Formats: sequence, C-alpha cells, structure tokens
Amino acid sequence: MTVTANTEDRPAGTAAVPAIGRLLSGFVATLPERGRALAHTTVPPLVALALLVGVWQFLCTLPGAALPPPTKVVADTWELIANPFFDHGGTDKGLFWHLAASLQRVAVGFALAAVGGVLLGVLIGQSSLAYRGLDPIFQVLRTVPPLAWLPISLAAFRNADPSAIFVIFITAVWPIILNTAVGIRQIPQDYRNVARVIRLSGPEYFFKIMLPATVPYMFTGLRIGIGLSWLAIIAAEMLIGGVGIGFFIWDAWNSSLMSEIILALVYVGVVGFILDRLIGLIAARVSGPRGRA
Amino acid sequence: MAYLSLENVGMEFKTSKARFTALQDVNLKIERGEFLSIIGHSGCGKSTVLNIVGGLLTCTSGGVLLDGQEVNDPGPDRAIVFQNHSLLPWLTVYDNVRLAVDKVFGRAKTKQERHDWTLHNLSLVHMDHAIRKFPEEISGGMKQRVGIARALAMEPKVLLMDEPFGALDALTRAHLQDSLMEIHTTLGNTVIMITHDVDEAVLLSDRIVMMTNGPAATIGEILSVPLPRPRRRLELTEDPTYTHCRGEVIRFLYERHRHADAA
Ligand SMILES: Nc1ncnc2c1ncn2[C@@H]1O[C@H](COP(=O)(O)OP(=O)(O)OP(=O)(O)O)[C@@H](O)[C@H]1O
Ligand SMILES: [Mg+2]
Repeated sequence: MTVTANTEDRPAGTAAVPAIGRLLSGFVATLPERGRALAHTTVPPLVALALLVGVWQFLCTLPGAALPPPTKVVADTWELIANPFFDHGGTDKGLFWHLAASLQRVAVGFALAAVGGVLLGVLIGQSSLAYRGLDPIFQVLRTVPPLAWLPISLAAFRNADPSAIFVIFITAVWPIILNTAVGIRQIPQDYRNVARVIRLSGPEYFFKIMLPATVPYMFTGLRIGIGLSWLAIIAAEMLIGGVGIGFFIWDAWNSSLMSEIILALVYVGVVGFILDRLIGLIAARVSGPRGRA
Repeated sequence: MAYLSLENVGMEFKTSKARFTALQDVNLKIERGEFLSIIGHSGCGKSTVLNIVGGLLTCTSGGVLLDGQEVNDPGPDRAIVFQNHSLLPWLTVYDNVRLAVDKVFGRAKTKQERHDWTLHNLSLVHMDHAIRKFPEEISGGMKQRVGIARALAMEPKVLLMDEPFGALDALTRAHLQDSLMEIHTTLGNTVIMITHDVDEAVLLSDRIVMMTNGPAATIGEILSVPLPRPRRRLELTEDPTYTHCRGEVIRFLYERHRHADAA
C-alpha cells in the first residue's frame, strides 16, 4: 500500500489516513448502486486488514524479530492450507479434521447447555421460590473459570472426550439460564392476563406466550454461550490432547512451529466469528422483525 | 335477580408493611344489556372492582354472581379490554383475534366458522382492512379496536373495559366511542367501562357509578342517564338532560369527593 498523494504540508504519517479516505470515497462513488452498498461494508475492513498485515510484515522482517512475518507463515504452512483434508492416522490430520473434531465437541456440549439452560431458565423465571433458591448458587458457579472444571470432570468421567464436552456445557449454560430467566420475568402482566382470560392451558401458555415473548432473550444467552464454548474448547483441548484444533496448537508449540500456530489462530478466529453470526442469523429468523416483546 | 351482582365486595391488599383496605361494601346490580361506567379519582379502586369481576383478583370478602354463578377465576365469559391494548406483538391482527376464537370455540365451531367469526368481529370494529398487519404497524386507536374485537369475539356475558380509550387523542377517542355505541346497539352487550372522562361516561352509559376516594372506597352515588338511544354527540351538546347529568358527575367528583392530592 503506497500513498504518495500528499499535497498538504503535514507530516506524511497523518496525511495518509485522509488521503486513503478520499481515494476510497472516490472509488466507492464510481460504483453502481448495489455494488456501492456492498463496497460500503466490505472495503473498509479489507483496507484495515491490508494495513494490519502490512504492519505485521514490516515489524517481523526487522532483524531480531521473534515471530515470522505473514509471507513466511504462508510459505511454511502452504501444505496445511492447500491440503486441509489429509489423514495420516493418529493426530496427524489436516486442519479440517481438527476443526471438525472441536466443532463436534462444541455442538454436543452446546446443545446440552441450550436444552438444560432453557429449562432451568424457565424454572427460575417462572417460580420465585426456585429463583430465590437457585439464583445465588448460579451467580457463584458462573464465575468459576471454565478450565477450573476440567480436573473435576476428568476425575468424574475418566475420559477426555466427555470431560471436554462437560466443560463446554458448564461454560455455556450460565448465560443461557440467566438470560432465559430474565426474558421470562419480563413477560408483561398483560400477556399473562390475556392468557388467563382465554384460559390457555399450561403447555399452550408455554408455546403461545412464554416462548415467543422470551425468544429474543434466549438467543442473547445462546449467542454469549456459543462464544464462550468456543473459547473454552480451545483451552480444554490443549490440556486433554487428541484430535482438535486446541491440541493442534499445543502440538505445534511443542515442536516450535510458530507459523502453524498463527495459521491455526486465524482459523479459530474465523470459525468463532461464523458461529456467532450463525446464532445471530437464526435469532433474527426466529424472532423476526416483530420479535420484541 | 340481577344479571350481574356484586354483593358486599371488599378487598384488602397485604403489602409488605401493613394491610391496605382498598374496597369496602361494594354493592352493585347490573341488568342484562346495560352499559355501565365507573368513574372516580385515580387510585380509588376502579380497576380493582373491574379485575374482581374479571376474576383476575379474588375479593377478600363478599362475592360476585354472574347469571346465577359465582365468579372466582378469569374466563372468556368476562372478556377484558385492557387500557394498553395488550395485543401479542408476534401475532398479526388476525392471529391475535383468532387465538382467542380458537381457544373459546375450538370445539363448538368448525375451522371455517372460526375463520369467518374472526373476520366478522374484525369488521365490526372496522379493522378488516388490516388483518395481516402486526400490532406495531398500526396506530394506537387501531390496536384498541383490535383489542375490542378480540374481546367481542369471545361472546362474553359481560364486556369489561379498563379505560379503553385513555391513551388515545380526543379525535380517535370520539371515533372509537361511536364505534362502541354502534356495536352496543347491534349486539346488546352488557358492558362495564372504567373512565376518567365525564363526557365519555355520560355519552355512553345507561348508568354511571361514582366511587368515593380510598382507602376503603365504595360506591358513592349511581346516576341514571335517561337519554334516548341512538345518541349523537353533536345533538347532545345542547341537550338539557345531558348537561344536567354532566353537571351531576362533575359536582360529585370535584365538590363532594375532591381528591386529597388534587386539593
Ligand atoms: N396488588 C396490590 N397490592 C397493594 N395495593 C394495591 C394493589 N393493587 C392496587 N392497590 C391499591 O389499591 C388502590 C386502588 O387501586 P386501583 O388500581 O384499583 O385504582 P384505580 O381507581 O384503578 O386507579 P387509576 O384510575 O389510577 O387506574 C390503590 O391505592 C392501589 O395502590
Ligand atoms: Mg385503574
């Protein structure tokens, strides 16, 4: 990225930003209507990314740099990038398989957390006795860091996979419980009164009033939960080993393969982002434009 | 035996500190097809009376009889129109009414009949043009119309309305009052309506119940409004009976039972 158009008498460093801005808006203005909207959202992050990679490249090619620059990362890991599906047995697999293994653990743990969290959330949202009894306990337990559960679950399950899944569950379940409970407690008294006047039965009330009124809150919890799950699984896998992106990172560290670690981090970030957007999309789909209660 | 009767109804609320007697010895008899309004200062206990009839609250003494049966839980025979419409925002106008129709007539009517009945009630309140809209896409007056349609669709023995037009501007309110009179003329419902608006009370009601101030509020006076129906608001402004009734209510509210805070 070279910006030489510096007509104002300011230091070159600060002039670069408005100059890029002018270049950008000039570029965007020449696009047709629909392309312009797309460019409006995609061009700035792409430019920012290019700048970041540029800075990284610059810093890490300085003599004495401890980390590899992006060009070296790509060169070192080209085999892994081009070939995500290889499987040489054991833990010597392509990145796709590592990511798939991690995602599978997250899927199981998160699904359990979603079901358990919604049910418990409904319980403490509906019954003030259950709320008074359980809420203080939940408030304490939810502050326990995910990895602190790992030794206990390893001792209890004596097996790596269920332990990792349990850690996911216990990490993701709290925000789901608490948000669902808040959602239920804010259902306006008016809706309850309507339900009582037309004499909805318990299950009818659950499906026709409680669920639609609470869905936006549930999804807030689910979205926080999926993010935390992804954070926790990487850390847990570093400890338990086996196939998984967390273990892959740990393994690369032990072999001092910095480029592989950096590549894995990029993948982890992208997958986490996609998971978050996925839940966001489902939420928008389910609650619709009139989902607010 | 009156169609609906409240006998020595009393209500005591338990608050964290003390007991609070909201209502005491409320006695009222209402005939079938009568339009009754309740007026009184804020906080005197009007909503409490209505909610007791609606079954949302249970009175702590006395009782309510409707058509020979004691009232002790909410039900569609006492449909309520709430002040803030309370439509479910995730359902369309049609589905809001249909939910009630399905629940109340699920067994008695076929699917087609329930569909027609839903549309019929929406057309009674002149809302048949917006059945696919969501509550947030229609105006406050329209929402209130849908709330009324939902209540009417339950074919209630008594229609209960808690300040149904309180949140609306004067013009919209007048339109809705006219619609309500029209519906009352065609269907002959028994109606209890709470209002703060003296003109609204006189225009719509057969009798006006005036409540004393709380605590331990009760019925202070009941005024009959002997105006012939159909009533037209323009002709009534000069009518001596109308002016007289209006004066009576105002005198009760502002001379004899001034609100302590408003003094
Ligand atoms: N659940 C409750 N617990 C304790 N006190 C209550 C409760 N509900 C109502 N009250 C009290 O009872 C009295 C009557 O209340 P109510 O809502 O019936 O008044 P209102 O005449 O409808 O007033 P407004 O015109 O403002 O709607 C008030 O003093 C209120 O504070
Ligand atoms: Mg009230």
